[in-house]
Amino acid sequence: MKKWNLVIDVAKCHDCNNCFLSCKDEYVGNDFPPFSVAQPNHGHRWMNIMRKERGQYPKVDVAYLPIPCMHCDDAPCIKKSKDGAVYKRDDGIVIIDPEKAKGQKDILATCPYGAIWWNEEKAVPQKCTLCAHLLDEGWKEPRCVQACPTGALRVIYAEDFEMQKIIESENLEVYQPQYKTRPRVYYKNLYRYATCFIAGSVAIRDTDECAEGATVSLIKGSKKTIAEAVTNNYGDFKFDGFDEDGGAYSLDISYKDRPKKIIELELKTSVNVGTILL
Amino acid sequence: MGKVEKLTTGTTGGPVFVYVQDGRIVRITPMEFDDSDAPSWVIEARGRKFSPPRKTTLSPYSFAWRSMVYSPKRLLYPLKRVDFDPDGERNCTKRGESGYERISWDEATNIVTNEIKRIKREYGPAAILSTASSHHLWGHLGYRHSTYFRFMNLIGFTYADHNPDSWEGWHWGGMHQWGFSHRLGIPEQYDLLEDALKHAEMIVFWSSDPETTHGIYSAFESTCRRQWLKGLGVKMVFIDPFYNHTAGMYADKWFAPRPDTGNAMACAIAFVWITEDSYDKTYIETRTVGFDKFKDYILGKEDGIPKTPEWAEEESTIPAREIKALAREWASKKTMLAAGGLGGWGGACRSATGTDWARLMISLAAMQGLGKPGSNIWGTTQGAPHNSDFLFPGYTEGGMSGDVDNSAAGFRFVYRMHKQPTRSNINAPMGQHIPRLKIPECILDGKFEWRGKGFCGQSIEAQFHKYKYPADGYPEIQMYYRYGGSFIGTMNETNRYVKAYRTERLPFAVNQSIWFEGEAKFADIILPACTNFERWDISEFAGCHGYIPDNTSQVNHRVITLQKKCIEPLGESKSDYEIFTFLAKKLGFSEVYTEGGLSELDWVRRYFDATDLPKYISWDEFFKKGYFVVPIPEEYKATPALRWFAEDRKRDTPDWGPHPECQEEFGKGLQTTSGLIEFESSSLKKFDPEDEERPLIPKYIPSWEGHHTTRLYTKYPLQLISPHPRFSFHTMGDAKESWINEIKDHRVLKEDGYYYWIIRINSKDAKERGIKENDLVKVFNDRGAVICAAQVTERVPPGTVHSYESSADYDPMGKPGESTDRNGCINLLTPSRYITKNSCGQAPNSCLVQIEKWKGESRK
Repeated sequence: MKKWNLVIDVAKCHDCNNCFLSCKDEYVGNDFPPFSVAQPNHGHRWMNIMRKERGQYPKVDVAYLPIPCMHCDDAPCIKKSKDGAVYKRDDGIVIIDPEKAKGQKDILATCPYGAIWWNEEKAVPQKCTLCAHLLDEGWKEPRCVQACPTGALRVIYAEDFEMQKIIESENLEVYQPQYKTRPRVYYKNLYRYATCFIAGSVAIRDTDECAEGATVSLIKGSKKTIAEAVTNNYGDFKFDGFDEDGGAYSLDISYKDRPKKIIELELKTSVNVGTILL
Repeated sequence: MGKVEKLTTGTTGGPVFVYVQDGRIVRITPMEFDDSDAPSWVIEARGRKFSPPRKTTLSPYSFAWRSMVYSPKRLLYPLKRVDFDPDGERNCTKRGESGYERISWDEATNIVTNEIKRIKREYGPAAILSTASSHHLWGHLGYRHSTYFRFMNLIGFTYADHNPDSWEGWHWGGMHQWGFSHRLGIPEQYDLLEDALKHAEMIVFWSSDPETTHGIYSAFESTCRRQWLKGLGVKMVFIDPFYNHTAGMYADKWFAPRPDTGNAMACAIAFVWITEDSYDKTYIETRTVGFDKFKDYILGKEDGIPKTPEWAEEESTIPAREIKALAREWASKKTMLAAGGLGGWGGACRSATGTDWARLMISLAAMQGLGKPGSNIWGTTQGAPHNSDFLFPGYTEGGMSGDVDNSAAGFRFVYRMHKQPTRSNINAPMGQHIPRLKIPECILDGKFEWRGKGFCGQSIEAQFHKYKYPADGYPEIQMYYRYGGSFIGTMNETNRYVKAYRTERLPFAVNQSIWFEGEAKFADIILPACTNFERWDISEFAGCHGYIPDNTSQVNHRVITLQKKCIEPLGESKSDYEIFTFLAKKLGFSEVYTEGGLSELDWVRRYFDATDLPKYISWDEFFKKGYFVVPIPEEYKATPALRWFAEDRKRDTPDWGPHPECQEEFGKGLQTTSGLIEFESSSLKKFDPEDEERPLIPKYIPSWEGHHTTRLYTKYPLQLISPHPRFSFHTMGDAKESWINEIKDHRVLKEDGYYYWIIRINSKDAKERGIKENDLVKVFNDRGAVICAAQVTERVPPGTVHSYESSADYDPMGKPGESTDRNGCINLLTPSRYITKNSCGQAPNSCLVQIEKWKGESRK
């Protein structure tokens, strides 16, 4: 049985909002029975784009995380809704039946991802349907994927075992796996949003030149070197992909015959250690 | 429920399929091509093949059109200001406060045409001032150069000339170094995509954010190309005070010089190349003149100050060692300089230092052999393989006006289109003019002098021509027919514009607008226009041309679209053509205006026939399918921009200029007197060699509103940059209860239910002022005050703040023109001063402000 999956590449998203807007275009003022009643003109974010800025000027980067309904295989909203108001289709898509779900505001709180929205006027919980009404008509992809100009969004219609291969070969992850809801939405390059970096520059004090080719070793705790970087022509280095509040690290910097320098730091969030003068 | 029809139209952000059911638009999508559409181009480079996706991309604001067509802010009936009586008390000073009442079309057009007749009888037609906003809704017939000019030329009017706002520094500076007046000072871009894919090793994006500005009109068509280049390992360096969205995707290195000091960095780069002997000396000797003078300036022989990286660090805050590292990398790699988002343009050209910035960009590119493989000025947005032989005129080419003086109709199109072209004898070089940036001075003071009539594309010298208002023998303005209403959000120091409405010196003001917003709220009579979804038109994706010839090389497929009338006009709104026809009837020239009664669809058919379309597709087929993809010739051969110049050959690109009159030998050389790139400008030398604000060679001259203007800087220590907005196209898409307002990075919804404009401030500056994320703040200087929501960020350095321009609406909290604005018209704060006294362009990015936490009461 083939099922739908959504893959989101965080490194390719620059927050153009075409997904968010095309979703509004599809659902505001338009009913698609039996899957959805119209989204209100304002207020809902069925595709909710989160922003994460990392570092301090001038060593910064920024990542965006679009969060739709995760169409979980083990969806708490299905379990906790009454009268089977939320159900899973054979193709993997999770649907809130707008008739049966009327008045069931409690469904909102069941979703750990906050992907369900309350329609005050019609008194129904609502969310992304992966454009089930269009896919059923033969569309190859939902509106958000069609609208994405960078290739950050992609749908895959495949058997679960085929999807598993893609997950492994492309290193895909689910967001917040600790919720254990088995999402069908996967992320690529999630580290750009969910982890932090250590960056800085190395320069030579007496000549005021950037130190290209300096070796920077990243040491975790007391001794263990966990990564090594060589500075580029601006003397810059960057280590990425660490958990926030990761404890004590140190940087061991060496350049040609100059005395080594060691910088100690307590990693809380992404940090620009500044310019290290040798 | 009726059947869903899939129609076509064009928008400013790309062509679209429009799904309509029971007379209502239900869905708007980008286009996906089928097998019958022309094949896509393929470029082979570095052992790989590159070909674009078989669909169009679309800008964010185009996805929000349904919310704008059905906006509660739509003007659905003609309106009259309640205390305006054309035959009695006019109460002009109450504009913006009095409120409106509904009147009939007959009453509205009677008032407007009676005023036109009275003013013509008493003062002459030049007492009617009119101007359009820069960007009309898409459609080559509906565009302002077409329907609007045809009408205005026939009644007679004084036009408020648009300054070349996107070009400024290139127009007033760059043009004196390399000509290109037919492109207003920016260079041709032919086939530079292929050149870059084959040869480039680095791209320096300097004041350039194509993921935000899309070149112009071309949605995300060039995104895949930057991804290809990145995939090939081409290094990407960004120089911009804001860590922009293109940088966010691709930056290997980001430099954020203090606003208005990038020129110091540029001089220091030249210093490194000269002192380390790493520039292209043969090119400088054979393809440029005046380099020795520039070299003397850079080395400090002229003024005693060597322009060293250490000197530049003092000015720009960028460490000298990093400037050196950049200069060395640039000299060692084949580098494309993306100066501005189109190849030319860029916020840096709209600043006090804009003319020298453009000249320094050309100077740096020349020092590295501009035009040689992989070395050029290229914005990454134009220069895809392009069939330039296929004629489908751009919107600038006049459409139904046939006005050869004030549109590009005369280049090639007018003769194929018209029985009866129109022209104006007032909106002509010898007639009367007003510069758009100085409309308030002209109305309120009654006099103004300046140089250069708007876009000076005819020749380099055209921008020296002196104008004055009123022109000799012409009347002062008595009426303002405003077409659109964006200037409070888009011009500079804009409380002036508000005041210019609230005066007895302007007896009559009309606004033709789609929405009740901005300047529309200051008119005596408002004529409700409909959107382009409610009328017939024809257009091409990004089809502009004119001063940007062949700019359709931005898009991956040239797509020509029949803009079907998707729905009936809402309420009593009408298309611009219908409104003008209505007025023309009462003025007795509707037969002339409509060329004997042509409907809009008739004009579309005539436009179709005047293009190359009939050679490829019949009208019936085009009408049925709704669009046509222009094929690329099978034997397509790339002719990279300026390669001919670098190699001293005759030009082989399909560019539209320069005019043979400025060439020693036809087809060879640039437009400058020498035909070469001029470090020392011969045109400036002939005009005013003593002009210290615009010297003969490009220099670093500190900003007239920056960190050296000590008194002002002490009072207003934050430098504000206000680039073009990301999610709206100028005011198109913003406010009017559009979905765009809900984008988190566009406006912020506060507890009072109001969507506030965003200002971006560094965490250190925010902390000093006790400002937290999403706090309401007052941004102010001597020119005014605006309430914004703060975004606390590391994307700007301390001392720099960033807020996009172009709020669509204006919401003064007290007396209009004299109070704090709540809607985010950041341009209330920007200077109205010209770049230099003889460079009559705008400089909004030279602006000092202070910010404090807003303690005002919550709204309502």
